[in-house]
Amino acid sequence: MRPNLHQLAIYFHWPFCLSKCPYCDFNAHAFDSVDHERYQKAYQKALAFYAEKLGDREITSVFFGGGTPSLMKPEMVAVLLSDIKKHWKIADDLEVTLEANPTSVEIEKFKAFREAGVNRISLGIQSFIDKDLKFLGRQHDVAQAKRAIEIADQCFDRYSFDLIYGRPDQTIKAWERELKEALPFAKGHMSLYQLTIERSTPFYMRYNRGEFNVPDDIDGAEFYHVTQGIMEDAGLPAYEVSNHAALGQESRHNLVYWRYQDYIGIGAGAHGRFCMNGQKLSSRDHSAPEVWMERAESQGHGSHEWEEIAPEDKFVESLMMGLRLSKGISISALEENSECEFKDQIKTEHLKTAIKEGWVNFDERQISLTREGLLRLNQIIPYLLR
Amino acid sequence: MGMSQNSKTKPINEIRNFAIIAHIDHGKSTLADRLIQQCGGLEEREMQEQVLDNTDIERERGITIKAQTVRLEHTAKDGITYQLNLMDTPGHVDFSYEVSRSLASCEGSILVVDASQGVEAQTLANVYQALDNDHEIIPVINKIDLPAADPEKVRTEIEDVIGLDASDAILASAKTGAGINDLLEAICTRLPPPHEGEADKTTKALLVDSWYDIYLGVVVLVRVIDGYLRKGQKIKFMSNGATREIDRVGMFTPKKVELDILGPGEMGFITASIKDISETNVGDTITDEKKPCETALPGFKPSIPMVFCSFYPADAGEFEKLRESLGKIRLNDASLHYEPESSQALGLGFRCGFLGLLHMEIIQERLEREFDLDLIPTAPSVVYKINMTNNTQVELYNPVDMPDVVKIKSIEEPWIKATILVPDEYLGGLLQLCQDRRGVQVDLTYAGGRAMLIYRLPLNEVVFDFYDRLKSISKGYASFDYELDGYGENDLVKLEIRVNEEPVDALAMIVHRASAEKRGRQMCERLKDLIPRQMFKIAIQAAIGGKIIARENVSALRKDVTAKCYGGDITRKKKLLEKQKKGKAKMRQYGNVEIPQSAFIAALKMGDE
Repeated sequence: MRPNLHQLAIYFHWPFCLSKCPYCDFNAHAFDSVDHERYQKAYQKALAFYAEKLGDREITSVFFGGGTPSLMKPEMVAVLLSDIKKHWKIADDLEVTLEANPTSVEIEKFKAFREAGVNRISLGIQSFIDKDLKFLGRQHDVAQAKRAIEIADQCFDRYSFDLIYGRPDQTIKAWERELKEALPFAKGHMSLYQLTIERSTPFYMRYNRGEFNVPDDIDGAEFYHVTQGIMEDAGLPAYEVSNHAALGQESRHNLVYWRYQDYIGIGAGAHGRFCMNGQKLSSRDHSAPEVWMERAESQGHGSHEWEEIAPEDKFVESLMMGLRLSKGISISALEENSECEFKDQIKTEHLKTAIKEGWVNFDERQISLTREGLLRLNQIIPYLLR
Repeated sequence: MGMSQNSKTKPINEIRNFAIIAHIDHGKSTLADRLIQQCGGLEEREMQEQVLDNTDIERERGITIKAQTVRLEHTAKDGITYQLNLMDTPGHVDFSYEVSRSLASCEGSILVVDASQGVEAQTLANVYQALDNDHEIIPVINKIDLPAADPEKVRTEIEDVIGLDASDAILASAKTGAGINDLLEAICTRLPPPHEGEADKTTKALLVDSWYDIYLGVVVLVRVIDGYLRKGQKIKFMSNGATREIDRVGMFTPKKVELDILGPGEMGFITASIKDISETNVGDTITDEKKPCETALPGFKPSIPMVFCSFYPADAGEFEKLRESLGKIRLNDASLHYEPESSQALGLGFRCGFLGLLHMEIIQERLEREFDLDLIPTAPSVVYKINMTNNTQVELYNPVDMPDVVKIKSIEEPWIKATILVPDEYLGGLLQLCQDRRGVQVDLTYAGGRAMLIYRLPLNEVVFDFYDRLKSISKGYASFDYELDGYGENDLVKLEIRVNEEPVDALAMIVHRASAEKRGRQMCERLKDLIPRQMFKIAIQAAIGGKIIARENVSALRKDVTAKCYGGDITRKKKLLEKQKKGKAKMRQYGNVEIPQSAFIAALKMGDE
């Protein structure tokens, strides 16, 4: 038995935003009137449902993501957290994260969120340049961003913020300057994402019309290397492809995903992966908020039918997530997570080539990617798999 | 099957067998329809346009692939009721042998020329064939109802270009019916009755065409020369010695009508429980088994494929379906040749031989349309004759099978003689095209604002996209026809395309040394754009023998990583991986990279630009 099988993480998805950002392909809906009370009841019902199935677990982290969960009422967050405490045993160092946008309305609520039980906040700062914030379709400016960080620092023990780089017309020099300017605001954790043009986003259309350009793979690699250097010097090395933290400041909740540990997902479009009766199941909540709520009200949860994940699929998922981490994943964890043998799933010849090319570190007990390997992650996974 | 009709055979003097010759779109089928209607072969309500063109493709493209006969009756002004056998012949050069056999079964032809378009290259080729068969020809200037009709100009053109006396050409409109009676009268009076035909001689009949019918087996279209064909008679096919017993004798009106007997000079069909169409060769002589005639009819040739290409199913799972479908088409088309072939780049498929380009297109279209197959055709190729240093000669059907160059003394390729009719203003462009394709000018004459070009061209320069280029240069006004014109030695080389040092079999081609570099460079550049970048650099090369003549690189991908991947993204990411994995089934390994089959398919589909 794996040592932490009895642990469980809970993810809440709040699928609403004031407006949708043009680069975002997450399940988010721009709504200004939401029936908070009805949602709260649906979330509560789903919690009770999962508690009945997985009540013997210990909760290690809770994450409110979205969408824009800082638009939730703090009272609702308080009720949900108190329900969790009623249903489950809680780890001493429970991590409760909430994603927030740095607009003034949301900043005002930080204190109330803390009182509700949130102890970590993740801010969508995205840039320290006003013009670029506008391009990214954000509702805040740099002054508000700085103010939000200041308040977050006052309210929470831990906070993180996101930046997006590799923006149109951004030079590497300009990004270096901006990142160095941002570093004094950091406290132990930052997420740095390269702008990706996702299908089914307004940016995709505009990009394909040739309205703007983003760095190609060669410049993108250069951006990445420069970023890593700066962050290491600042004592915030990457612990995952896009996530940086001082030792011990990693997002424990997100580590659950990358380590392929158990979590449940509640809310429109939320996914879960958890073991039950000796099977690893995947849940997938209906992505339309209205439908989700009706389902949750009638059947206790808003998920499509749970599916058992086949051993080979568990291997693929575990490898795919594990290799995102700087430390990689141990062979024993991969094998335990999947019930598959490493050597049966991996092409030995390709593994050797990948090692020789300097993309993979492998020592029989642990497999991880070098920085050059991380840059090619999407190619390496299928290359290694049988 | 209609009622059996106990008919006596017609005296030879009251029979007229004729073919209709026309360029595509000049109204052959409509004219035939009109003749059938006029003679009462079909009621008005039974008429559908182009009664004789049976397949969808025939109807849509306005071409005839299989020969058809219709027996009509017309009472002429002399009071005699003549039996008119209308022979609808294939009109395209690919079927020129079939055309020649159809024409051989007739004594006269109706030459249909569009009153607004004038004489076209294809018309010429067919007229010459009719003249070769000693046909009496009645020129018909059709579509005189069109506003752009200029019958006098066309009359002059027929005289100048073809050299036929057109003073008594019949002016007609198949659409309005004008001139149809005159034409019927002319058929009875101006065309001769069947030349030969002795009733008391032993059976001798020409096999004009044949097709497979699921109820009757192979239906054989015949023209009786001497003697009779009767139900129950034992017959022999002289080309292969096969013997059969006739189980049905009949004619088309165009409805199928059973008879007891076909006599000298008559046309009709027989069935004899034949399952395999390859037994019934066009041009063969049918005789009586017990009392065979001494000599076969002249002109018989077994069908020889001239153009080759391979068909691969886009979905590898459809290989068996492709095999079955080719088999079904072959039931009705003995000139289609095919055999299984395996390609590293494209998987399992069939190497197919065709009579010509149109034949190839038709087969491809039928496979795709009637059998719902998604096909990848390779570049068409011709049959080369390779003279080896040990003084043997090898026929090369597929560039991949080219022997080692050191063992080759010389290579011969098939040539054609092309006839091109083109309005003056496009002549320059066409001369350039023929020149670029290694053509040798034979003749250039003018008639009525148009030039008639005769060129000798290597067939392999024509199979590629010559016809498309010709049409685009002349804005569609040029017409083109060709006949085969022997083999000629030339400086030909096998151009090989390599990916990461490994040859891609499906892209190998035989080209003239002078154009090898250009073609090689084009293919490399094309592949460079089509092959997706990967973790490893990909080298694309074009080579002749061991010598690299062009190269391109697909640079290695430096970065491909999803920036955000959290709990909700696993499913989506895994689906992407599965898709990649599924795509791998269609991947081909070249060195350390896998190339999607789709890249090769696209390279083949792009043609020569």
